[in-house]
Amino acid sequence: MQFMLLFSRQGKFQLQKRYVPLSDKEKKKITRELVQTVLARKPKMCSFLEWRDLKIVYKRYASLYFCCAIEDQDNELITLEIIHRYVELLDKYFGSVCELDIIFNFEKAYFILDEFLLGGEVQETSKKNVLKAIEQADLLQEDAKEAETPRSVLEEIGLT
Amino acid sequence: MPAVSKGDGMRGLAVFISDIRNCKSKEAEIKRINKELANIRSKFKGDKALDGYSKKKYVCKLLFIFLLGHDIDFGHMEAVNLLSSNKYTEKQIGYLFISVLVNSNSELIRLINNAIKNDLASRNPTFMCLALHCIANVGSREMGEAFAADIPRILVAGDSMDSVKQSAALCLLRLYKASPDLVPMGEWTARVVHLLNDQHMGVVTAAVSLITCLCKKNPDDFKTCISLAVSRLSRIVSSASTDLQDYTYYFVPAPWLSVKLLRLLQCYPPPEDAAVKGRLVECLETVLNKAQEPPKSKKVQHSNAKNAILFETISLIIHYDSEPNLLVRACNQLGQFLQHRETNLRYLALESMCTLASSEFSHEAVKTHIETVINALKTERDVSVRQRAVDLLYAMCDRSNAPQIVAEMLSYLETADYSIREEIVLKVAILAEKYAVDYTWYVDTILNLIRIAGDYVSEEVWYRVIQIVINRDDVQGYAAKTVFEALQAPACHENLVKVGGYILGEFGNLIAGDPRSSPLIQFNLLHSKFHLCSVPTRALLLSTYIKFVNLFPEVKPTIQDVLRSDSQLRNADVELQQRAVEYLRLSTVASTDILATVLEEMPPFPERESSILAKLKKKKGPSTVTDLEDTKRERSVDVNGGPEPAPASTSAVSTPSPSADLLGLGAAPPAPAGPPPSSGSGGLLVDVFSDSASAVAPLAPGSEDNFARFVCKNNGVLFENQLLQIGLKSEFRQNLGRMFIFYGNKTSTQFLNFTPTLICSDDLQPHLNLQTKPVDPTVEGGAQVQQVVNIECVSDFTEAPVLSIQFRYGGTFQNVSVQLPITLNKFFQPTEMASQDFFQRWKQLSNPQQEVQNIFKAKHPMDTEVTKAKIIGFGSALLEEVDPNPANFVGAGIIHTKTTQIGCLLRLEPNLQAQMYRLTLRTSKEAVSQRLCELLSAQF
Repeated sequence: MQFMLLFSRQGKFQLQKRYVPLSDKEKKKITRELVQTVLARKPKMCSFLEWRDLKIVYKRYASLYFCCAIEDQDNELITLEIIHRYVELLDKYFGSVCELDIIFNFEKAYFILDEFLLGGEVQETSKKNVLKAIEQADLLQEDAKEAETPRSVLEEIGLT
Repeated sequence: MPAVSKGDGMRGLAVFISDIRNCKSKEAEIKRINKELANIRSKFKGDKALDGYSKKKYVCKLLFIFLLGHDIDFGHMEAVNLLSSNKYTEKQIGYLFISVLVNSNSELIRLINNAIKNDLASRNPTFMCLALHCIANVGSREMGEAFAADIPRILVAGDSMDSVKQSAALCLLRLYKASPDLVPMGEWTARVVHLLNDQHMGVVTAAVSLITCLCKKNPDDFKTCISLAVSRLSRIVSSASTDLQDYTYYFVPAPWLSVKLLRLLQCYPPPEDAAVKGRLVECLETVLNKAQEPPKSKKVQHSNAKNAILFETISLIIHYDSEPNLLVRACNQLGQFLQHRETNLRYLALESMCTLASSEFSHEAVKTHIETVINALKTERDVSVRQRAVDLLYAMCDRSNAPQIVAEMLSYLETADYSIREEIVLKVAILAEKYAVDYTWYVDTILNLIRIAGDYVSEEVWYRVIQIVINRDDVQGYAAKTVFEALQAPACHENLVKVGGYILGEFGNLIAGDPRSSPLIQFNLLHSKFHLCSVPTRALLLSTYIKFVNLFPEVKPTIQDVLRSDSQLRNADVELQQRAVEYLRLSTVASTDILATVLEEMPPFPERESSILAKLKKKKGPSTVTDLEDTKRERSVDVNGGPEPAPASTSAVSTPSPSADLLGLGAAPPAPAGPPPSSGSGGLLVDVFSDSASAVAPLAPGSEDNFARFVCKNNGVLFENQLLQIGLKSEFRQNLGRMFIFYGNKTSTQFLNFTPTLICSDDLQPHLNLQTKPVDPTVEGGAQVQQVVNIECVSDFTEAPVLSIQFRYGGTFQNVSVQLPITLNKFFQPTEMASQDFFQRWKQLSNPQQEVQNIFKAKHPMDTEVTKAKIIGFGSALLEEVDPNPANFVGAGIIHTKTTQIGCLLRLEPNLQAQMYRLTLRTSKEAVSQRLCELLSAQF
């Protein structure tokens, strides 16, 4: 897989993950073009399209589009299910995920993705194993938080 | 603000995000961001040392700002500091920031690498994984240099945790893809293969991807993976839907792993071991059988996962292309999908069937679905699906169904999306030519193309129809009549005027007997279009007029009047003016005989590859595979029914010797060499460029001429077509050489995935070492890229290496192969010697195996100076005053190879009267004498 993009109906990016390096300029141009192409498609159309020399696989969940670019030899249907499994992971982690969860916890969305896909390939497909890794981190976080309590209070009164 | 803030306590971050979301305008957002940046900057610069938590929070804010699309130019150092925190979440945020925002600040890279090194050595699996994720995400060369050697060790270490192994495998994969030279192969590779047996499915899933990538470059090192992959696959396929617990996805056992294993197997030919093969075939059958079972769930995820495996299985079956039974079953399965209610499945079935159409085992089975595919063309609502249908129709076309398919494509063309019209036009033109039994049908089809989609009919297409009409006298009268009728339409496309003008100019006489198409009527008809046409078309029409003067003396005054008018003689366009002046003059001064000679009917065009095919050539990878296959089939028909093909072409197919290659055949049909099988049919002009995704394209036509030209010179243009130009510059010294290859993109569009590959056949490989670096995969329009090849001649050789170039141009796959002119004589060092020495050595080499002689007819004018230049260019010294006969040429030199040096003497005796040469080569080695004689004989 070359990249995965998450964007809203309005074309705003919530997550961009690339597995093949691109210059910043190309990145912007290419993604803008792709988002427009995908947004212009009608609901009943097929989830795959040829785009430049890549195959695009996309799926819409509520107001969010999940869009993957894969290479010629890659399997379209299994990519569609990569998207779905990722959505399931987010859903399980956040408890029925919504767009806001991803916006406010963008770093978690990246961490979960890294556990699931690495270097553009599926690393771990078991939901349990992926979430175990993330939740372990959260446990460590809780410990840390207790130690930080006084500062959190300061923060709440606006001293950010 | 939502209540979710699971696990994390960065309230300040949430407030900030919330603020940003509440901004009513872009300006407000920028204002808020700038305020925040100032705040963070002051915190980072402040006197008070920040604790880890605050650092994490601010770094996270910076990250958020960056992801919104704003530039971030500070905070890197703070992020790097977080890496060495022993709090997991701080480290995690640090790594995320680095992964997203890494820059090549060398000082920073050193610190980052240091932190990664510490984490990799920490033996704390979560920290190790974070570090590995970071390397995989960044994947830069610097990181490769620092870690590529360590990661294999982590991957195969007995005490590494499963999760670490998974990350290490994919991390290594990423580094290997970015810089393969940095990843050392070694003892670990064998152990990686055995990860396919690992208990942990996640480890297997990650390892297969790595193996698939590595084995492409080193197939033999990884060969054992075949049987391991087969047995793993077999266990998965035969497991019940719940056996694999969390690795079962909607009742489908391990779909991702299955697909990956099937992909891995596609890197190899069918297993040689009968037991392994039997087991694999069983697996493939099981998958096909399961497709017929009722679904275990109504969820689309279930059917997608199941079908993902099915399609990958079919890909493997097509890849093997050896099991007729499986191929036909695959085809039937896809046939069912063609009418599935899921658009996705219809799309994939059409796509996959395209490749099936190219297998001789399943071609007929694919053809049975023609009605469904035609229907798809008419009813699919999604243009990308219709495009697939067009591709499939093209792929399944053969002589039996060509009229139907061409008719359907033509009618689709009337309403087709603009984006795919040109491609359809090309496809129709090619099919019409390739399968024309009746050339009147061909002419009608092309004229229809021009009528329906004139704007999309490129020059290649209308040039081609003219070539064919000129070469086939049985269709000329019909063509003249048809264009005459077509031109009657009040509004006709300019391309029709061009074709009509040309054909009537050549063959208008064939219909002039009919008073309805008398010469004057023909002329008036053409001239009525004249003023609406562009300059090139008008120029063409002027030529038609002068031809009319020759064909029909009775219209001469009328035409002279036209030529004489101010609008012609004083036309602002210099080309038109010149033609008018010259033609008018010609018509006045030339006698009937001279006129008839000057304006004689065009001679037949030489048979060569169709320019349209050159243009469409592999518009789509799969469809041209079909070209090739069809060609094979057509040829066998021709062999049975028509005259025997030239013997040369038969031998060229079976023996890939270099001399046969020079005929430019490879797997291509006999058309380019020797007489075409059916007289004057245009030899079917099949696509000599045909390719399958993995195969090397047969050599480009004409490349053999260029190849020969390079025997005596080192610089020049090796290959050129409409898209690409390949230039060479090379230098040789003793047994070493260096060649600069220049690839020029002649178009204004970029080439993508541009990959030139040097191929030495198995016979050649031990004798010649070629080394080169890959070139940038993107070649901008109009740009030129350069590749350097270092050459070492190990021992004497006969064949030439092949340069195979693949790239994508405007979404279509292109494939070009040319012989690279690295020939034995390049390693010549000239040797000067006196007459006496020469003949003494000449006599020493009198053993019959050492001498090779060739007597041949001169192909070029026999010019002494040119001959001398060629002998010097060939690399040997030209020895003057050695041969008693001053008309003869003698030369001497030493061929340098790494292993040995071979002295060579040559003598060329021209016979001007007979226009013949006798060339004698004497060297200490028979193969060398043979090869040098071959190479040099072709030069005169």
